Amino acid sequence: MRYFLCLMLLALSTVAQADDWLQFRGTSSPGVVQGPELPESFDQIAWTADLDGRGSSSPIIVGDKVFVTGCEGPRQDRLTVTCFAEADGKQLWKREFWATGRTVCHQKMSVATPTPASDGERIYASYSSNDVACLDLEGNLLWYRGLTYDFPNVSNSLGMSSSVIVKDGTVVCMAENDTQSMTFGLNADDGTTKWQLDRPRGANWTSPIAWPGEESIVLLQSSKGVTAIEPATGKTVWEYLDGAATIPSLTAVNGLVIVPSHGLTALKPGVSDTTVPEIVWQASQLSPSTPSPVVTENYAYVINGAGVLSCGDLSDGKRVWQCRMSGKFSATPLISGDRLYAINEQGNAQVVQLTPEGGEVLNSHEFGETVLATPSAADGAIYVRSDNHLWKIK
Amino acid sequence: MLSFRFAVRLLLIALITGLTVPQFAAADVREDIAAVLKVDHQARNIDLARQGVENLQKSGIDALLPILNGLEDANPLAANYLRNAFETVASDAVANGQKLPVEDLLNFVRRTKNRDIARRLAFEWIRKVEPEQAEELIPNFLGDPSAELRREAVARLLKEAEQMEPNNPGRQSRYLQALSGASDDDQVKKIVAALKDLDVEVNVQEHYGFLNTWHLIGPFDNRDKKGFDVVYPPENEINLEAEYEGQLGPVRWQQLQTDDPYGLLNIATDFGPYKGAVVYAYSEFESEYDQPVELRLATPNAWKIWLNDELVFEREEYHRGTFFDQYRVPARLKPGKNKILIKVLQNEQDDSWAQVYQIQFRICQPNGMALQPAGKE
Repeated sequence: MRYFLCLMLLALSTVAQADDWLQFRGTSSPGVVQGPELPESFDQIAWTADLDGRGSSSPIIVGDKVFVTGCEGPRQDRLTVTCFAEADGKQLWKREFWATGRTVCHQKMSVATPTPASDGERIYASYSSNDVACLDLEGNLLWYRGLTYDFPNVSNSLGMSSSVIVKDGTVVCMAENDTQSMTFGLNADDGTTKWQLDRPRGANWTSPIAWPGEESIVLLQSSKGVTAIEPATGKTVWEYLDGAATIPSLTAVNGLVIVPSHGLTALKPGVSDTTVPEIVWQASQLSPSTPSPVVTENYAYVINGAGVLSCGDLSDGKRVWQCRMSGKFSATPLISGDRLYAINEQGNAQVVQLTPEGGEVLNSHEFGETVLATPSAADGAIYVRSDNHLWKIK
Repeated sequence: MLSFRFAVRLLLIALITGLTVPQFAAADVREDIAAVLKVDHQARNIDLARQGVENLQKSGIDALLPILNGLEDANPLAANYLRNAFETVASDAVANGQKLPVEDLLNFVRRTKNRDIARRLAFEWIRKVEPEQAEELIPNFLGDPSAELRREAVARLLKEAEQMEPNNPGRQSRYLQALSGASDDDQVKKIVAALKDLDVEVNVQEHYGFLNTWHLIGPFDNRDKKGFDVVYPPENEINLEAEYEGQLGPVRWQQLQTDDPYGLLNIATDFGPYKGAVVYAYSEFESEYDQPVELRLATPNAWKIWLNDELVFEREEYHRGTFFDQYRVPARLKPGKNKILIKVLQNEQDDSWAQVYQIQFRICQPNGMALQPAGKE
């Protein structure tokens, strides 16, 4: 009886919850928090945990655990996954791996730039070296792939940042670069390759997203545009070939795909010809820099290279207002209710009140450290990481 | 603690065969490690590896030393499976109040013939559970084959030197000692700067073993980046007296020597700021033995390298930055003269930062320490 009780407790403590944050920019609408509203400011720090080495990946939250990837050593070739208790920030376990691919990268990036993903039962951690480790929630290794070990020219001397996603039992890993440019569909159960695609040659730091509709589709962005594929087979469903940015990533809401292309471009799946999407609008005034756009039911928000937040109307792409924030941003902001949460590269976190008429910076908080990672959110809390610290704000 | 199923399995085997449990447990551990070692490219034998790791994770601390020994023959993927098994066993043991076999781990670290990554792993766990014993090992690491362990000794010496009074004569000897084991550039830079303050100049080029004398020929055509796979004459023969038809007319080999401390050969400024071009750089290296080495190249240009007429690696990437030891290509030198040919390609980008056309190259031991050519003191 006690054995079954233990099993029940274990299951309850590890099963993913509706408002978990399972991947880069969250589980459902990228960057938009669906659960309880976030705190009014970043001042309300619940706990701080120390991190070793470097990393600009986002934390992910599965049940009562927070997972963070990192890299250590002078060559950043020690890849880490660390698990913390969501309640108090206590480190529960840490696992390390030896990188099997190249670990050089631009000094602003780190080998732990890609954000891990989870299906609620397992963690899929990927790195700039194109190593992919799958662990259970207790830190046991289930499988490990070295995509550069398999294909030695899959690399980028500036570093790679595409985050993995897991959709219908397939882990989609974009490893796109100038030389041997590929995207892989790995079997989430055992890491074997379901499919691999030759992709446009060109450095690409964007991350895939899953189409939020009923169809099982994953969207890949590259300098050529957007390719919609079936995650089970890698087969192309439709393509948009009018070019796209290679740093900020696309998002999808209300049946629209919002792509950083010619500023922003809104696409919807084609009706008469299902292999070609329809361009709903293009907005050159809404041009994101490094942070990806965040899109709500009615508005699209982008941050440009000067730290100016622009709001566009989702129905026609017209710019509605602009609001100057402080600093230069790498992290993609979060939106919760009528507030936007953004952290600049200097670690200055700003909360912006959003109204149809304009944006206003309500308050700011100094983390006092460089912050490049996109924050995460779960159960009304924000999680922020730098190289050295992980903070929970609630 | 052994799982119930695992314990039953051991007991049954022992009863049937009459062997003692520990003997059979050891045999099982060896089999599990052998299973893990079978995993390879494209997830080949992944089921065996997973089962092996799962079993090892249940094997308790008696598996720790065999796992370290198993790393000797592990490919990079299998090494990570074994590492995870080691870490889960060790962390579970520590959490359960068990003592790790520290003496065995110490002996494993001390034996320099053991694989460097395995020794480092053992060292880290000694440091976790018996930090004082780990610290005692560090001074012995200065000449260690493991770059990561050497780094510890260099860091210790740097710290000692920095804590000394500025006029203490021991500082200089500490820095020189540290330099003898340093191959990570952040540490080398610190040491070189400190020694400079003490009026001691370091020959950085020699410290790293950069090749500084090259023969260059070109330009050949690479307009529209079409020259990468075109076989120009130097790929068929190395004849330093020959003349060939190049992109802009006849071309001949020219000798260039670089005085740059980091061995930088600046093709754009010292040979020609060619665009849409291919230039070949040729050099030779005398090796006393047949030996494993790493060819370490840094360039923002596309490139191919041949060692003794054999293509060892190629990469078609332009202007994504250049970093110290950017590319590390494992290779093997033969005794005597070894021929190195590098094809360096420039594209036609007109951005100011895309005018860089250069290489930095060294042949070193796999652990990053310089390899001096035969006959050189």
